[in-house]
Amino acid sequence: MEADYVNIGKRLPRIDGIVKATGEAKYAADLFLPGMLHGKILRSPYPHARILNINTTKATKLPGVRAVVTGKDTLGFKAGGIATKGDEPYLALEKVRFIGDGVAGVAAIDEEIAEEALDLIDVEYEKLPAVTDPLSAMNEGAPLVHDHAARNISFKTDLSYGDVDKAFKECDYVRHDRFETAPIRHGFIEPHAALASWDNSGKLTFWGSKQSPYFTYRNMAKALNVPLSRVRVIQPYIGGGFGGKNEMFNVDFCAALLSQKTGKPVKIVVSQEEVLFAYRQRHPAIIDIKIGLKGDGTMMALEANIVADGGAYLSIGAMSLYLMCSFITFPYRLPNMKAKGYRVYTNTQPSCAMRGHGVPQTRFAAEVQLDVAAKEMGLDPIDIRLKNVVKPGEITPNGLKITSCGIEDSLTEGKRILNRWTKERQKDCDGKIKRGIGVGCYGYVSGPRVAGHNTAGAVIKVHEDGGVSLMTGSTDAGQGSDTVLSQIASEVLGVHLEDIRYGMVDSDITPVDPGTYGGRVTFITGNAVRLAAEDVRNQLAEVAASSLKANPKDVVFRDRKVFVADDPKRYLPFDKLVKTAQYSGTGKTILGRGYWAPEGLEVVNFDTGKGNFSATYSFGTQIAEVEVNIETGRIKVNRMAMVHDCGQPINTMLMEGQLEGTAITAAGQALMEEIIRKDGQTINPSFLEYRMSSILDACDVEVVHTDTHDEIGPFGAKEAGEGVQVATVPAIVNAIYDAIDVPFKRIPVTPLMVLDALKEKSLKKGER
Amino acid sequence: MKKQIRLKINGLEYEIAIRPHWTLLTVLREELGLTGTKKGCDKGECGACTIIMNGEAILSCMTLAIQAQEKNILTIEGLSQGKKLDPIQDAFVKYGAIQCGFCTPGMIMTSRALLNKIPRPSTEEIKKGLSGNLCRCTGYVKIIEAVQKVSTEGVT
Repeated sequence: MEADYVNIGKRLPRIDGIVKATGEAKYAADLFLPGMLHGKILRSPYPHARILNINTTKATKLPGVRAVVTGKDTLGFKAGGIATKGDEPYLALEKVRFIGDGVAGVAAIDEEIAEEALDLIDVEYEKLPAVTDPLSAMNEGAPLVHDHAARNISFKTDLSYGDVDKAFKECDYVRHDRFETAPIRHGFIEPHAALASWDNSGKLTFWGSKQSPYFTYRNMAKALNVPLSRVRVIQPYIGGGFGGKNEMFNVDFCAALLSQKTGKPVKIVVSQEEVLFAYRQRHPAIIDIKIGLKGDGTMMALEANIVADGGAYLSIGAMSLYLMCSFITFPYRLPNMKAKGYRVYTNTQPSCAMRGHGVPQTRFAAEVQLDVAAKEMGLDPIDIRLKNVVKPGEITPNGLKITSCGIEDSLTEGKRILNRWTKERQKDCDGKIKRGIGVGCYGYVSGPRVAGHNTAGAVIKVHEDGGVSLMTGSTDAGQGSDTVLSQIASEVLGVHLEDIRYGMVDSDITPVDPGTYGGRVTFITGNAVRLAAEDVRNQLAEVAASSLKANPKDVVFRDRKVFVADDPKRYLPFDKLVKTAQYSGTGKTILGRGYWAPEGLEVVNFDTGKGNFSATYSFGTQIAEVEVNIETGRIKVNRMAMVHDCGQPINTMLMEGQLEGTAITAAGQALMEEIIRKDGQTINPSFLEYRMSSILDACDVEVVHTDTHDEIGPFGAKEAGEGVQVATVPAIVNAIYDAIDVPFKRIPVTPLMVLDALKEKSLKKGER
Repeated sequence: MKKQIRLKINGLEYEIAIRPHWTLLTVLREELGLTGTKKGCDKGECGACTIIMNGEAILSCMTLAIQAQEKNILTIEGLSQGKKLDPIQDAFVKYGAIQCGFCTPGMIMTSRALLNKIPRPSTEEIKKGLSGNLCRCTGYVKIIEAVQKVSTEGVT
């Protein structure tokens, strides 16, 4: 359906572009308040230890220090993705559980004094045996990270449907592989930062680098035991999140507690090094998969065992594990499946959501295994996928309901690209450089239905100069949602994008919102904005109808004008209409309200993984071309193509930016990124040692649309940009497989791994 | 002990008292309120703090404030001419080269210095020139495009 939109589906610059390009945009670390103190956090040097005593006397006496807090100064609140299973104190209570765990907070008149004070805090530890590997952690008798968790199992998912054993017997081809993914970081350039200001009326105002500020709003009230409505969370600009800035952290808590103690505003900005070793990471996973297929490539059965290293705390790992298990074969039809997942506590930094949340790990495994199976069975990688993909109207055995679905078209288009690239490749291959092309597919959620709060809200106020204020509870962490939501409002109200002023989260004013995760903002908040704008339009249409002597239903809003549909000469300028509405004898206050969450979704039980997790799903196919230098082992991604179905794109330029960002980031994750630890100690906590893609790794990215129109998405839109992360890594690994005939089962695939594999291959050849 | 120094930043003279070990980044952000220059790593690894000193793109986190005396310092705040954006700023906005925006001031300053030296850089020259600036959001594709647009079309 090609609709005649003014703002939707266009290439429009982001509304915050100018303030970001001029350096005017304020991030949390840029904020200052009069009398402000600076905070620092003391962290555990041990992976596992009991705290016997903390002596803060010397630190407190240091001139310039205003307060020192430890776990004893807290109420003992423990955070966790499942509130009743919270296990993470913001400052350690009896034990520290990883190197970097927060032990004490200091506030001083400047950062240097605060830093010096950390050295003066005496902590007496009793070192405990640590466990840093998830498989050892599951052994009987392994040291327990948390006493309540036998064999260190933090969460378990046991998904089962169909008759797996019977189905395997009926298969023509069965294989089993073990895959591994490395721990990686979110990689945002802005470190965690928080500014808190407590006042004597008992109110806390908080500014922090939070991609989902309402998590902090709720947990702050609980952790400080103050009424929720006395916590005001204000969102500044956010320097990237990717899942790593959802939760409230000790930096946020310590700023607030220290402000409460001192009566002064307290700012804490952590270092990038602390971000790397002391905050969150993506779950590394060990994935055993057995797959069974019919001779024609039909997938019949799958059995998986997944061990995910959760690190020291629960975080939102229950959902991560559910996603790893439940989406392991999505978007393929699979009648028989068993997936057992264990999220395991270890004495390392906690794992949480990261772009693609859990799904990239297991989908990497399943997609690479599928290519190996296809090759051994003599089947084409695209054809085998086409044979198995879900279709609109289907319900997967674990309960995912497929509505709009462009996966088939995207694979067909992907095949055309693959064929074109294959033809081009033959021309320019030389001896030491081997080229390969690989494919990967994904299906992803547009806003997960989780237990608890799901609804997004929007409020719109119109000004008598024709300007529009839009407020939602959603946060733009860089993905462009402020712009996309403003486009939706401007489309409905027939005003220009620049007429909209987007008000960022302020929990005293903006509607409560779950947050920025799981591809939910455009889809769910977008609908709330659409409804709020329609509410305003209906109110104004009544006024216009009476002025223009027309039926409100016949009034059209377009290009800052409001006119009668079949007689456009009868019109009012939008600003005049607002004025008319407000200034008439018993004037109206025009205020629109909208709220929305998908109907009819069940809260999925993460233990069994059954239920429809999202109202709709995005789909796509990723193609990657690589060059492998067989002398150096170096791999270069030459180009990528992303053929996707995101419903109706709202802003094509921003959406491309999302896809390109995902592509190049994922190339780093496939080839370079890994947090390396020795006995729980991170040994590469810097951008220099932890390598992510730089501009030198950027390559051409073709973005191709095989879009559908989603029935319930705002203007037909769905998730874009996060889900594709799922397919990018396996597409690259499959391209390497195509190039040198080695299917790598561990990421990142490093030059050393390539050389070792090639050596082993040539040895085997020699033996024959 | 603090020491009095003079700095020339964005055409203005500042006389300030600093500690000798303070970096230019610290002084810009903490003492002068020029927070457009970002602190990403404070170790010379991410490029977010890039400014232009005597025509060269430099890392302000790796430069002592004392070393910056008698130099012409240009920060992101001084790049636009009043309300008129520098062409490189304009191109970053127009061509979608900005997402979260945290690396943006550093990217823009590095790009500006590059374009001053090489008005029509090749893709390889752009990549080399910006290889010290990390961005996690954009995948760099649109950043390269924005720099190219300035050099070929002179976006204003």
